[in-house]
Amino acid sequence: MSTATVEPSQSLILPARQPMLSPVSWRILIVGVIAVLALVPICSMLVPVESPFHLSAYALTLVGKIMCYAIGALALDLVWGYCGILSLGHSLFFALGGYMMGMYLMRSIGLDGVYHSPLPDFMVFLDWKALPWYWHGTDHFAYAALLVILVPGLLAWVFGFFAFRSRVKGVYLSIITQAMTFAAMLLFFRNETGFGGNNGFTDFKRILGFPIAAVGTRAGLFMITFATLVGGFLACRYIVTSKLGRVVMAIRDTESRLMFLGYSPLGYKLFVWTFSAILCGIAGALYVPQVGIINPSEMSPINSIEMAIWVAVGGRGTLIGPILGAFIVNEAKSFLTASLSDYWLFFLGAMFIVVPLWLPKGVVGLFQRLRNKP
Amino acid sequence: MPRCFCSILLALLVLIGGSLRVFALTAEDLKPLAEDDFDAKSQALNQIIAAGDATALRVLEAMEQENVVATSDDRVLIQEGEVLKDPITGAPVAIKASEVQPITMNNLLRARVASGLSGLRLQDPDHSVRQKAINALFQEPDPAVKPLIEAARSKETDLVLKARLDQLWALTALQDPDPAKRLQAVQLIGERKDPQMRSLLLPLVEKQKDGTYGETDEKVRAAATDALKVMAFEQWKIEMIGTLFAGLSLGSILLLAALGLAITYGLIGVINMAHGEFLMFGAYATYVVQELFRSRWPGAFDWYPLAAVPASFLAAALAGFILERGILRFLYGRPLETLLSTFGISLVLIQAVRMFFGAQNVEVSNPSWMSGGVALMPNLILPFNRIAIMVFALTVVGIASLVLNRTRLGLYIRATTQNRRMAACSGIRTWQVDSYAFAFGAGIAGLGGCALSQIGNVGPDLGQNYIIDSFMVVVLGGVGQLAGTIIGAMGLGIISKVIEPFWGAVLAKIAVLVFIILFIQKRPRGLFALKGRSVEV
Repeated sequence: MSTATVEPSQSLILPARQPMLSPVSWRILIVGVIAVLALVPICSMLVPVESPFHLSAYALTLVGKIMCYAIGALALDLVWGYCGILSLGHSLFFALGGYMMGMYLMRSIGLDGVYHSPLPDFMVFLDWKALPWYWHGTDHFAYAALLVILVPGLLAWVFGFFAFRSRVKGVYLSIITQAMTFAAMLLFFRNETGFGGNNGFTDFKRILGFPIAAVGTRAGLFMITFATLVGGFLACRYIVTSKLGRVVMAIRDTESRLMFLGYSPLGYKLFVWTFSAILCGIAGALYVPQVGIINPSEMSPINSIEMAIWVAVGGRGTLIGPILGAFIVNEAKSFLTASLSDYWLFFLGAMFIVVPLWLPKGVVGLFQRLRNKP
Repeated sequence: MPRCFCSILLALLVLIGGSLRVFALTAEDLKPLAEDDFDAKSQALNQIIAAGDATALRVLEAMEQENVVATSDDRVLIQEGEVLKDPITGAPVAIKASEVQPITMNNLLRARVASGLSGLRLQDPDHSVRQKAINALFQEPDPAVKPLIEAARSKETDLVLKARLDQLWALTALQDPDPAKRLQAVQLIGERKDPQMRSLLLPLVEKQKDGTYGETDEKVRAAATDALKVMAFEQWKIEMIGTLFAGLSLGSILLLAALGLAITYGLIGVINMAHGEFLMFGAYATYVVQELFRSRWPGAFDWYPLAAVPASFLAAALAGFILERGILRFLYGRPLETLLSTFGISLVLIQAVRMFFGAQNVEVSNPSWMSGGVALMPNLILPFNRIAIMVFALTVVGIASLVLNRTRLGLYIRATTQNRRMAACSGIRTWQVDSYAFAFGAGIAGLGGCALSQIGNVGPDLGQNYIIDSFMVVVLGGVGQLAGTIIGAMGLGIISKVIEPFWGAVLAKIAVLVFIILFIQKRPRGLFALKGRSVEV
C-alpha cells in the first residue's frame, strides 16, 4: 500500500498540499482540450471523406464509447484507488444512467416506432395501455438528465449508508456490491419491470431533435463526452487534493486509526461513493446515445470486473491511469474479439493474474519506475 | 377352519353372482351400437355396463380394441382376426370379414368404455388388476359404473382397496337423490383428505346465482363445509412440507458450496471467486466418470457415483492446490487484488472448460436407484435424488467437522484461522496449512458439484450461479464456524423457497439480498462471530 511515511522530525507538521495540477500539466491539458474541441468538428464535417484526416461517424462512436468507459474507470478509481472500496457495482450505476437517458431517447422516438404508437414499442408488444408512473415526464430532456444524476446517486447513497454504517468493508463490501448488481440485473431482465426486458432499449431516432446517427450529432456527443471526461478528471483531482481527499486516503490506509483520532468515516466515504456513482451514471448516459442500445447485460458482473481491470491496468490511485487503462484494454479487446474471439476471456483472465503480480501500480507505475531509475 | 372359510367365500360368490345377473344382454340391446346415433350408443353402453356379465366384458373389451363390427342389417359382431363371432354366445358365425364395417366411436364413448371396463374389473380376482381399475375410475368416474362399484364395495376384502372403493363410491353418490347417502358420501370424501377433491365439494356449499345452494340438505352442507376445512388444512400442510423440503434441499446444496468457501475465507481472508469453478470441476469430473462407466463397465453403471465422489473431490482439490501454490500465495496481504485475480482465474477456467467440453450442457444421468421418489402424500412426492443429496451433504459436513476438530491438520487450520502469527510462532508451517486447507475447501466444493450434477444441468457456467449465494451463506453464518455455515445455508435455502411462491424467483433473490444487507446492520460478523481479540484484524 502506498502509505506516505512521515519523517519523525516533521511529525507535527502536515506535508504540503499537492497542487491540483502542476503548471506543466495545466498547459498540456489546456492545449489538448483546445486541440480536440477545434479539430474534431473540422475533421469530421469539413474535411472531405477521402482525406486521411477525415473522422468517420464510426471512429467518433468508437472513441466516444471508450471515453465513456474511461469516465466510468475514473469514477471507480476515485473510490478504489483513494478510498479502498473496490466496487463491483459500478456497472449498475453506469447502466442506470444509461437507462435513464434511454427512457428519454425512447420517448423521443415519438410515433416513428414500428407500431406508430406514442408508447415505446416494447410496451405495445406487451399490450400495455398506459405508461407506468416512473415513465412520466421522461419526454423532457431536463427531467431525464436530472434522473441520470438522481437515480444512481440515490441508490448509491442508500446502499452506501447502510453498508458503511455497519462498517462493511474490503472483500465483504466488494461482493455485496456485486450481489446488488446481480439482483438488479435479474430485475431488469423481467418484462414486468418496464424497461424492455432482455431487449432493453434500442432503435433510437433522435436526441434533442437532432437525428441520432448523423455525423454532426456524433461529433457533438463526442465533444460533450470529451468535455465530461476532462471535467470529471478535474473534479476528481480537486477532490483528492482537497482536505477531504486527505481524510479519504487516510480511511483507505488505516480506517481504525482515523476513527481513534475522532473522525467519523461515514460522511467522507458516503460523499466519494455517491459522487463516484453519479459520475459513472453520467458516463452511462453519454454511452447510450452513442452505441444506440442499452440492455440488462450491461449490468452483468463481468462488466464491473472489466471496469476494475481498466483501473488496475492503468494504475490505481492515479486518476490518469484508469483513463489510459480503459483505452488500452478496450483496444486490445476489439482487436482480440475480432481476430481470436475464443481467446479474449483467456487474455482478460490472464490480465487479472499478471497485473496484480507484476504490475501492481499499472502502466502509470511502470512509467514512474522507468523515470526514477536513471 | 379352512373349510368354513371356503364355504363363506363360496356363499359370497353365489350371492354376488346372483345379485349381478339381473338380466342378460340380448342381441337387441346391442343393436344401437351399430346405428349412427351417438346418444343411442351411449344408452346401449349403459345397458351393457348395467348387465355387468361375461357378455358385457367381452363386448367392452372388443370395443376397447375397436374390434366390434356391424353387418349391413345392424347385427353387432366381434371380429377376431378373420373370424367373426357372435357377442352373446361367443360362437363363430358364417359371415365374411369383408361384409362388415367397424362401428363408429367417438372419444366420449371410448372414455365410457374404459370406465365401464374398469368397473367390471373391480371384481377381478387379481389384486393388481383391481387396484389399477380403481385408480382408473378415480381419474374418470362414470355414474353408470355406480352399481358395479357398489357391488365391488360389498365384496372387496383388501382393507386398503376397500377404503378406496368407498371413496370412489362417494364420488358417484354425490348426486344421489337420498340425502342420507349424500351425507355419507360427503363424509367419505372428507376422510380422504385429498385436496384435489375440493372441486367436488365446493359446488355444494357455494351460493348459486339464484341464492340457493348447490346442496339443498343442510346437514350435508355442514358436513361438506367441515370436509372442506379439513382439506384446506391438509393442503396447507402439504405445501408447508413441500416448501420445507425444497428449502432444505436447496440449503444442502448451498451448504456443500459454501462450506469450502467458509474455510478458505476464514483462512486467507479472501472470497475466492473461482470457488464456483471448483463446483463445476466436480460436476465435470462426475460426467467424465459416468462416460467412462458407460463405455467400459455398462453393467456397473448404477454404481458410478461411488467412483465419481472421490474423483470429483480429487479433481477440485488438485485444482485448488495448484491455484494456491501457483498464484494466490504471491498475493497474500492484498485482499482486493486477490479477489480480482480469483475472478480472472474463474474466467480462464470457464473458457477452458467451454473449449474442451463445448459450450453446451453435458448430460449426467441419475443411476436408476436415484430416480423416482417417496410419495409421502397423494400429491407430494419427494424425489430420491434430492433426498440422496441431503444425506450426502450431512455426511460431508460430518466428515469435514471430523477433519477440522479431530485431526492434526484441522487443529492447524483452526489455529491459523484464529491467529496466523501466533500459530507460526508455535511452529506451525502456516504456508503449508494454507495449501492443504485451500485444497480441502476446493475438494468439498468438488463434492458439491458432484451432487449438483445429479439434479441440475452441467455446463461451463454452473459455478457462476452459486458463488453469490454461497457468499451470502458465509456472510450470514460467519467465518470459521461450521455450525454457522450449516444454519446459514439451511436458513437461506428455506427463506428463498418460502418467498418464491409469492414473489417469484427473481424478487425472492432481491428480497434475500435486502434481508442480508439489513442483517449485517445488526450483526456485521455473521450469526456465529468469533469473539475476543481476533475479531478485528
